[in-house]
Amino acid sequence: MPCQTDPVWRYIPVMSELSGWGRFPRHKTQLAAPRSEGAITARVAEGRAIARGNGRAYGDSAVGARQTVSMRYFNHMLSFDEKTGVLVAEAGVILGDVISAFLPRGWFPAVTPGTKFVTLGGMIAADVHGKNHHKDGSFGNFIDWIELIGPDGTLRRCSPRSNDELFRRTIGGMGLTGVILRCAIRLRPVESAWIRQTMQPLENLDAALEAFEAADAATYSVAWIDCLSQGDRLGRSLLMLGEHATAAELSEDKVRYPFETPRKNKKTVPFDLPQGVLSQYTVRAFNALYYWKGARQSGESLVDWDTYFYPLDAILGWNRIYGRKGFMQFQCALPLESSPEGLRALLEATSEAGAGSFLAVLKRFGEQESPFSFPMLGYTLALDFPVNAKTLALMEELDRITLDHGGRFYLAKDSQMSAETLHRSDPRAADYAAYRDSEGLRAPFQSRQSERLSL
Amino acid sequence: MTKGPVLILGATSDMAQAVARSYAALGHPLQLAARRPEALEKLKADLELRHSVPVSLHAFDVLDTGSHPAFIETLPALPEIAICAVGMMGEQVENEQDMAAAAQVMRSNYEGPATILALLANRFDARGSGQIVGISSVAGLRGRATNYVYGSAKAGFTAFLSGLRNRFAKRNVHVLTVLPGFVATRMTEGMDLPPRLTAEPEEVAEAIVKALSKGRNVIYVRKIWWLIMAIITSIPEAIFKKLRI
Ligand SMILES: Cc1cc2nc3c(=O)[nH]c(=O)nc-3n(C[C@H](O)[C@H](O)[C@H](O)COP(=O)(O)OP(=O)(O)OC[C@H]3O[C@@H](n4cnc5c(N)ncnc54)[C@H](O)[C@@H]3O)c2cc1C
Ligand SMILES: NC(=O)c1ccc[n+]([C@@H]2O[C@H](COP(=O)([O-])OP(=O)(O)OC[C@H]3O[C@@H](n4cnc5c(N)ncnc54)[C@H](OP(=O)(O)O)[C@@H]3O)[C@@H](O)[C@H]2O)c1
Repeated sequence: MPCQTDPVWRYIPVMSELSGWGRFPRHKTQLAAPRSEGAITARVAEGRAIARGNGRAYGDSAVGARQTVSMRYFNHMLSFDEKTGVLVAEAGVILGDVISAFLPRGWFPAVTPGTKFVTLGGMIAADVHGKNHHKDGSFGNFIDWIELIGPDGTLRRCSPRSNDELFRRTIGGMGLTGVILRCAIRLRPVESAWIRQTMQPLENLDAALEAFEAADAATYSVAWIDCLSQGDRLGRSLLMLGEHATAAELSEDKVRYPFETPRKNKKTVPFDLPQGVLSQYTVRAFNALYYWKGARQSGESLVDWDTYFYPLDAILGWNRIYGRKGFMQFQCALPLESSPEGLRALLEATSEAGAGSFLAVLKRFGEQESPFSFPMLGYTLALDFPVNAKTLALMEELDRITLDHGGRFYLAKDSQMSAETLHRSDPRAADYAAYRDSEGLRAPFQSRQSERLSL
Repeated sequence: MTKGPVLILGATSDMAQAVARSYAALGHPLQLAARRPEALEKLKADLELRHSVPVSLHAFDVLDTGSHPAFIETLPALPEIAICAVGMMGEQVENEQDMAAAAQVMRSNYEGPATILALLANRFDARGSGQIVGISSVAGLRGRATNYVYGSAKAGFTAFLSGLRNRFAKRNVHVLTVLPGFVATRMTEGMDLPPRLTAEPEEVAEAIVKALSKGRNVIYVRKIWWLIMAIITSIPEAIFKKLRI
């Protein structure tokens, strides 16, 4: 029925209003979804372009200053080596699809973020970390090679052996070195789809940090913090440790089909919740409830992989609970030495502002050596806030505290920091910008975020 | 039980690829046919990796009707399900002036698809089983100034499918007609389509799998299209001819 000559269905280059997962900020950009390498090159040639994976970065990282190049049609898995666990795939492949295909054969991503709805390209560009960073480092440690479309449209394969600088700068480079087309990543062998989880309720921040240090040997560790509790209870949290369950650790009924887990019903948030439903009081109630429920379940249990790694994925479109104006995430990393003080200051500021964060997550980071990736030896804290004047002011305060404690910020979560804050927090930013200039990357590759942050 | 092979004609189309993914996920071997089979190598690798099903690629030109019988012989097995997604919209303005262009649209949407499906239907009948899916269009339900060349060819195809279904009604060969409304594919790329009326290719694929398993005859993917077309087809011709829709 549609026809290009119809008055109503005219051909126009699509200008779309785009944002990230937080739905804030929103910008106009020319969105295209190329189907061939040549078509990607044509977009890049028009300048100020950025690749977009599945739009799970919170702010404007994947919104092009002029062109936004969606990788949705580059979603093919190309080969898999059953001996080494190396998967070759296009950058638009969704992590959840990798799990669906390879977990039944005994393989799992070596590093995974808290949602499986990310693309491999997005995972490389943000150099994502998981609950195992203290043990295994970031996703960048599990990449054999990357094929990247550069400013002149040439496709280059980069790896630790060839084009190694480009390789290292692309990992954690937020799409600013080019468009990742294909990659080879290493999966980890597992014996089951189950996680042996140990839950520990901890009454305050000191107890939580102590428990993290004691749990250094655990493969996975993460704490959920009730960030409305104050005083002696400041930093009250639930620490969740996890190990991939071996076949020997499964009960008889599970061991027969070790990779099968119960199907879950997906729930969808069908519309924007009115502003204010997520008030201080509901958040307080939720946090208290969650804590006591967790405390009662303390100890060991077997949890399926989806529940353990991706609890939020069970509610599709949960970003709508924050209402039409959207929300922001604050995530910083603090050096080990200043973590206790810095975290205390961040939690105090949050709890004083009464701006209860629905999700507050604390993780331990291990060593990290890379040109521009986010993690550093120490701790990382992530908080969510609805967008309003009060939380915007609080964000500034949290930025200041982070700077004072020698910390830095996660660009995949950032939506509003100033260039000055970034450059003060991270001397590598200037070096990265200089590299972009010297390689002629600044004009062709630009996101709204890189523009804002002078990268 | 091993699942029957699924043949997809015009497999480079977005809708066809979504259908291929759905049937591969259900464990069916796939036979993908297109005029540029080399463009399907990536999809083949992907489907084999994800779902461990065999996928074969075949060169197929719907306009080369003389080659259709031989094409069927080259398939690794006579399929259990055959789905035709081949179609061509063309440019209406061009089709009004250039009769060769118009003829190509007519043949690509009607003559070609009807020929290959008729041959397959006869073989299915001889075997005593088989399911046929033709992707036609709501554009075939009423000719409009803005795309009647395409629409008329789809009208012919829709009528052909209905006749085929009628002929085999008491035998074990089933025919499903799909009249998708707008679908976000390469064909409609860059058009400013109303989101509520526009389905994703995956939605079409799910609808086809479900409809076949239930033995449905005609489906519209998004239900609202049934209503829209009921209204459009009921407007008296005297009024309709003056409308511009
Ligand atoms: C619920 C939730 C939980 C999360 N948990 C974590 C976590 O635990 N750890 C963590 O590290 N992150 C986490 N994140 C952040 C997320 O992992 C990153 O933002 C990731 O980059 C998103 O991937 P995407 O495919 O959606 O990329 P997008 O959001 O589309 O893009 C993100 C960045 O990657 C670049 N990019 C994407 N594809 C390409 C490509 N093909 N070539 C070049 N550049 C590309 C973009 O330009 C952009 O700069 C979480 C996000 C959500 C929504
Ligand atoms: N998109 C819509 O809104 C919409 C609405 C209603 C109905 N439809 C119908 O849905 C079907 C699928 O279309 P689509 O939207 O997925 O668009 P599409 O990607 O343009 O699909 C058309 C397909 O037909 C193939 N084809 C054209 N001529 C051919 C020939 N001579 N021989 C073999 N194959 C040929 C094309 O192959 P190549 O790749 O080689 O070109 C392509 O795979 C079509 O029948 C279309 O008419 C579409």
